[in-house]
Amino acid sequence: MRELDYPFDSEWILKKKRKIKKELLADTTKSYIEKRIAILGGSTTSDIKDILELFLLNDGIKPTFYESEYNKYYEDGMFDNPALVDFDPEIIYIHTSNRNIYDWPEVTDNNEQISQKLENEINKFTSLWNHLFDKYHCSIIQNNFEMPFYRLLGNQDACMLQGKLNFINRLNEKLYEYARNHENFYIHDINYEAASYGLEKWADPSFWHLYKYAMCVPAIPYTAHGVYKIIKSILGKNKKVLALDLDNTLWGGVIGDDGPENIEIGQETAIGQTYSEFQRYIKEQKNIGALLTVISKNDDEVAKKGLARPDSILKEGDFVSFKANWEPKGKNLVDEANELSLLPESFVLIDDNPAERENVSQTISGVQTPDIGQVEQYIQRIDQAGYFEVTKLSADDTKRNEMYAANAKRIQAQTSYSDYGEYLKSLEMVAEIEPFNDMYMSRIAQLTNKSNQFNLTTKRYTQAEIQEISEDDSYITLYGKLEDKFGDNGVVSVVIGKELENTLHIDLWLMSCRVLKRDLEYAMMDKLIRICSKKGIKIIIGYYYPTAKNSMVKEFYSLFGFEKTDEDAEGNTTWVKQIPEECEKMNKYIEVKEVK
Amino acid sequence: MSREEVLSKLQKIIRDVFDDEDIEVSEETVATDVDGWDSLAHITLIGTIEDEFDVKFAMKEVVNLKKVGNIIDLIMEQL
Repeated sequence: MRELDYPFDSEWILKKKRKIKKELLADTTKSYIEKRIAILGGSTTSDIKDILELFLLNDGIKPTFYESEYNKYYEDGMFDNPALVDFDPEIIYIHTSNRNIYDWPEVTDNNEQISQKLENEINKFTSLWNHLFDKYHCSIIQNNFEMPFYRLLGNQDACMLQGKLNFINRLNEKLYEYARNHENFYIHDINYEAASYGLEKWADPSFWHLYKYAMCVPAIPYTAHGVYKIIKSILGKNKKVLALDLDNTLWGGVIGDDGPENIEIGQETAIGQTYSEFQRYIKEQKNIGALLTVISKNDDEVAKKGLARPDSILKEGDFVSFKANWEPKGKNLVDEANELSLLPESFVLIDDNPAERENVSQTISGVQTPDIGQVEQYIQRIDQAGYFEVTKLSADDTKRNEMYAANAKRIQAQTSYSDYGEYLKSLEMVAEIEPFNDMYMSRIAQLTNKSNQFNLTTKRYTQAEIQEISEDDSYITLYGKLEDKFGDNGVVSVVIGKELENTLHIDLWLMSCRVLKRDLEYAMMDKLIRICSKKGIKIIIGYYYPTAKNSMVKEFYSLFGFEKTDEDAEGNTTWVKQIPEECEKMNKYIEVKEVK
Repeated sequence: MSREEVLSKLQKIIRDVFDDEDIEVSEETVATDVDGWDSLAHITLIGTIEDEFDVKFAMKEVVNLKKVGNIIDLIMEQL
């Protein structure tokens, strides 16, 4: 729903929340990931929960909530709580604020006393988080503390140890330290949100005293949006591509009319500087893993002259696909999606022209086409929307552009071979196919949540569930990591099988579309069959559950000689294979590395 | 704006917030007359009224609200 995309009208969302929810749920074509989210609040959380639900539903996540009683976050989390155990949260969101700080420093306190108070506060939280991790094995999202709404010590409140502001800053640093040292622990930065919203309005005390809200009600959609961004990022639902227009988007002016020497970019004019700053921001997005492409109505040759200017921060080589032509933008976007083996819904179109945005959003569903405003607003509009919200900086993210550039090289290489097998051989592929191990748990969980196309059952798992399965002997698990002469693709395939009376039921089989048609699935099946043989498993049963997106693997099991034994009215199919005594390897092109 | 006009605009807002086009509101309407008008919905309602009429209520005014007629009084004072 457009109205829930950033920049949104917060008052309107609050007013219409019931109607919006009804409308979202009325769309029966949408498929959802279901998530159990516990909100443990140090203040009222009712509207935060309601609005968070809207943002999540809008992005294909259907939450069920556990909500603690008002200000019972600590008791609910820390002590015996059958209701919460029963609820079995996958994500716990701790909504606390500076209203929950118990023991503030006094002006008469000496440094040691203040340090002790700081320790007491942080210990209370640390023990809560440790307990929650221990008990619920789930992800935790924790608010930091926002600045206080008054400063007893004025400007010096920030630096004197007796200042509340100083105390909060020190406390926050402790929170961040914990976050840096704990996987699955994420800071929700209400401190920044409050500043960005305007602390004076945010902290209006009447909302606390009347309703026990830690912030003013009109700010709630912003804070709920902040939590939503973290959740969708954890679940692997970030966008992947920024598809950028050129004229009046990456530079001022129209290059075809004005000529490359007259477009506005660089340090000469205020407008030029603003476009330069925007280009730098886009380059930074690339550095955190966003893929960049160009979609521009221009002659290819002319367009490239703009990026060839020495004062252009973005260069042609920064883009994994470059489409400057006179085709409709929607067509170019779909072509780029196909080239990159991504879905159009992974794209964000950045275009200054409302007509182009409208046209693309009308013709291709799921593409984000934000209203980026004027050039001086571009960065904030894109940044606040959080398309690429970082919850973890993995090597995979920072290397993603290289991976896709390597893919482009592969496609080039392919055209020089008439025989596909020869091409595969030339890639010098090496795979690592092994049971799940700790190093890859988060990547594996991420893949189960974001793979849609090459995914037989589309079952979603949290990292904690993946962990449990990997420790359970009745499961056979495999991840596949594929490298070739152009680069490392990382972990790209996941299989989970459950053993029951000498029969293996394949609960999950997925592969990233990054590595389609490289025969990795053959190497995975070889390995699976070998493990089954060793374990004395005689029969493998595979399942295919159709979704709107996974028709490419409808006949997957028939490739491996499975027999279809069942098909129901919804098109769910069951496939059976007897494991032969002697099994010939099907993979011919990938060298499978043995890991000790 | 007359009292009647304020009431009619209020009715529209209340219908919007509770997503129910059948709600009829009078000066004497109290929260318990409207399905879903609990303390939490009340917050949304007050916020929306402030926004739509471009008025701001003080805390002590909010806590003393008993019926729709009181809300109209407050709005009329500030229009």
